[in-house]
Amino acid sequence: MNDAAITVLQVMTLVLVAATGAAVVFTRQPAHQMVGVSFFGLILALMFLLFQAADVALSQIVIGAVALPLMVMLALGKIRRQSIEQHKKEHSE
Amino acid sequence: MIFYVACAVAAWLFLVGVYGIATSDNLVHLVLCLVVVQASTYVLLSAVGYRHGGVAPVFADVTQTQTTVDSVVQALMLTDIVVEATVVALLLAITVQIKKRTGIVDPNNVNLLRG
Amino acid sequence: MKFPLRQLLFFAGAIGMAILYALAFAHLPGPEGLRSMYRDVINLQTVEQRHITDAITAVNFDYRGFDTLGEEFILFVSVMGALVLLREEKDQGGEKVPDAAWPARSVPPGDALRVWTLWMTGPVVLFGIYIVVHGQLTPGGGFQGGVILATAPLLIYIAENLEVFKRITSHEWIEIAEAIGAGGYALIGLIAFFYSKPFLTNVIPLGPGGTNINVLSGGMVPLIDLTVGLEVAAGFVVLLYAFLQEMLVKQGDQ
Repeated sequence: MNDAAITVLQVMTLVLVAATGAAVVFTRQPAHQMVGVSFFGLILALMFLLFQAADVALSQIVIGAVALPLMVMLALGKIRRQSIEQHKKEHSE
Repeated sequence: MIFYVACAVAAWLFLVGVYGIATSDNLVHLVLCLVVVQASTYVLLSAVGYRHGGVAPVFADVTQTQTTVDSVVQALMLTDIVVEATVVALLLAITVQIKKRTGIVDPNNVNLLRG
Repeated sequence: MKFPLRQLLFFAGAIGMAILYALAFAHLPGPEGLRSMYRDVINLQTVEQRHITDAITAVNFDYRGFDTLGEEFILFVSVMGALVLLREEKDQGGEKVPDAAWPARSVPPGDALRVWTLWMTGPVVLFGIYIVVHGQLTPGGGFQGGVILATAPLLIYIAENLEVFKRITSHEWIEIAEAIGAGGYALIGLIAFFYSKPFLTNVIPLGPGGTNINVLSGGMVPLIDLTVGLEVAAGFVVLLYAFLQEMLVKQGDQ
């Protein structure tokens, strides 16, 4: 591919990164936001690939689309279960 | 030219992320906005390391005479990504503890110094 | 402080920062002026000097191996911190509530999900080992391969439940593996002391070079890759286990 095509693709991906970042911030529910963060990680990996950083793209895919949403999901599960427990405790008193 | 576009996107990501942190009403939402702030450094570093017409510095396929991008900056970015994962893990563990002890996930109402 | 006042303060700060940022970038010498000498020098030297074709792994584990040692210990200490923060308190009795994905796990997983995840576990483990071992040849290395290896028990957890997960990742051995991985990196660096060289110098014979660079070339780098992969995989499995832990319900609840 010639340089002009790669430059156009890079500019488009950067605009997509900016838009996805804003979308992640303006989503208020953490469960919905987690899907957005996973997608944001994938778009960042695409950007790394277009900037010729192969190792970093692999690392970003593996951590930003697998490990990070996993931890957020489990933390949300714990928080939700704790609020269910506290709700039950308040209702039984 | 791509360098200035990337710097502008990095500044935009940083400001949007800090806006999300400042006006957040859920601790988990705050942690995910921190991920957006950290992404701004990735964009800036990859723009600094990029060279026009360069390819990835993996010499299994690329001969030594082709122009390649900077590899030292990419080593910095790898450390950055690993640190992001660890920071998010610790902050989520703190969030779970705050919820367990006070029952609140709103950062405006958390008051950890009460007696 | 009140919400609109906070937004006003943020916008004042953001406009100030944007102005200073634009002024700073106007005075920089531009993308050509930010070049460092090291890019050309290191990219030309890795194949002859170290017999490594992946320049990023060479920088990470060979030329700047000390920084990667610090980064690995950041991971180790943060996993330890998360374990401390998520410990269960043993002062209250009561019955155990199932894992952290409850109540969504009260519905058993479907057959298609179980078949797919159990069949993918073998290829995922193989792929993770491939990425770890070929770290110095193609993009990859210890960290990426380690996280891929850590997703294999996760697949088994998705297909089954927490008891099976706890049986296959017996907690003590995973912690021992993580400690071996973290300490192994520091001990490999001590090998250089026997040759009167500084810490982490690459003193092991470099292996085949030139056109037949294979997995044995690079000296210490394959060994460091193996220890880092072991540490990262074990660390993430331990972290996963800490987040999935059961919680003791206080007495007097349903």
